[in-house]
Amino acid sequence: MNIIKFIESFTDDNLLNSKGSRRDSFSQFKTLGKNMATAALPFGIASLVLAPTKANAAATAFMTTQDTPTTALQLALILEYLEDEFYQMALDTNGLIPAADQAIIAQISQHESAHVAFLASALGDMAPMKPDFDFTVGGAFDTFGDYPTFLALSQAFEDTGVRAYKGQAGNLMSNGDLLTAGLQIHSVEARHASQIRRLRGQKGWIVGSDRGGLPEAAQAVYDGEENAIQAGFNTASVMATNGPSIPAAAGPESFDEILTGQQATDIASLFFAQ
Amino acid sequence: MKKVKVEEVKSNLTNRRSFLKISGLAIAGTGLVLAGCNNDDDGGMAPPVDNQLPGVRNGVFDLGGGDAGILTYAYALEQLEADFYTRVVNGNNFGSVFSSEEQTVLTDLYNHEVIHREFFRAALTGALNDPDRLLPDLNFDYGDLNFGNRLQVLNTAKTLEDTGVAAYNGAGRYITTPDYLVIAGKIVSVEARHASAIRSLLNPGSADFAGDDVIDANGLDLAQMPSQILAAVGSLGVVQTPFTAQFLP
Repeated sequence: MNIIKFIESFTDDNLLNSKGSRRDSFSQFKTLGKNMATAALPFGIASLVLAPTKANAAATAFMTTQDTPTTALQLALILEYLEDEFYQMALDTNGLIPAADQAIIAQISQHESAHVAFLASALGDMAPMKPDFDFTVGGAFDTFGDYPTFLALSQAFEDTGVRAYKGQAGNLMSNGDLLTAGLQIHSVEARHASQIRRLRGQKGWIVGSDRGGLPEAAQAVYDGEENAIQAGFNTASVMATNGPSIPAAAGPESFDEILTGQQATDIASLFFAQ
Repeated sequence: MKKVKVEEVKSNLTNRRSFLKISGLAIAGTGLVLAGCNNDDDGGMAPPVDNQLPGVRNGVFDLGGGDAGILTYAYALEQLEADFYTRVVNGNNFGSVFSSEEQTVLTDLYNHEVIHREFFRAALTGALNDPDRLLPDLNFDYGDLNFGNRLQVLNTAKTLEDTGVAAYNGAGRYITTPDYLVIAGKIVSVEARHASAIRSLLNPGSADFAGDDVIDANGLDLAQMPSQILAAVGSLGVVQTPFTAQFLP
């Protein structure tokens, strides 16, 4: 994906033509949103809560009932801001990351920074500002003082990212270039998730709705992952014809599930500074 | 049998770096027939039409076009992955060649890929409602690949998983039915989790799980059009059953 082509695809939609204030931009976006929300979505994307200003990210979030390529990328950027700052802070904390894992965390951090830059460029004036984050959730977690806690949050963020991008794919269908870029980020998040899970001694894939030792507050990241029925087919009932028997648990493992925009926003909001 | 080393298969869509790196696979006699691939990049909005349904054309099965074609294409790739891991876990030395962690990962991948294959078989059987439209079971021959050789197996697994990720990422835009797109999304992230795990088994503690050989400077993973994927897979010489993809981009 060529970023110029990517941005041009937005320009074609006149989304980058706004020269006005953020308020004006948002009004224009809402108008465009009505025109652009052409794809009928059967899987019920919930309305998104966006954080358009830094000062009141969580408190006075915008609500929109439109699901468009723009809202999809805005949600994506919020999640990438969160991940990017999370890994930057970790890398800046002396003694947190063991030398053996340094290359892994640095690679993930590099990708999240690239995703922020990519999405911010694509959104231009439509880019939400970065919220202030509190990764300790008011001091509840020793996130940057305790490596296992850091890894646990990392797993939650990466698995959330995978599910959130997947949930937005339908909103990007009207623009093939955007959809492809979204899918390309989605699979990178999945590679990250697998690696972090394996560092924690978990399987790289989600087993049922098991939160893998994460705090109970993280259960929302995994709820729904136990689903075994895909398009009417029971993935938990596949019989091996030539090889070891296939356990029922492998069915839900072999398909990841979506999070709606609302579900993803609710999870991210836990880490907005109060 | 002629030994081949496939390297630096470049994408003209994204002009990305080396894509497939594999050695130890042998070219077999027949393999994939690629006839008249449609390279039009029209955004994939063409609705499926009756004359582009999967089925035999001129004596060779064609994957078809539209959503049915994309799903049949995915079914072909899942057949390959499932067949490969079935041979891996059935290997005579599976329990001794691979560490216990590797056996667990490879067995999970066997489970997942067989499930993906059976899902597509069931979904396409139902959607097409005509046995003649369903892609037949493909035959595979891995030539000189030694299923008792840890590095050969893991490197082949890496290629297959990265190929799966690139294939689903590239095909997504050609899917016109939202439900099918979501299904593809549910599968591709599991393929990416696989690719990451295999890569970390090959080079633990490194950046290879999401290495710079597959992720570009924008943090984007591979995405390849069906014609590119089928050419790359065809060049492996593993697929013995000829088929065409006249209506896929």
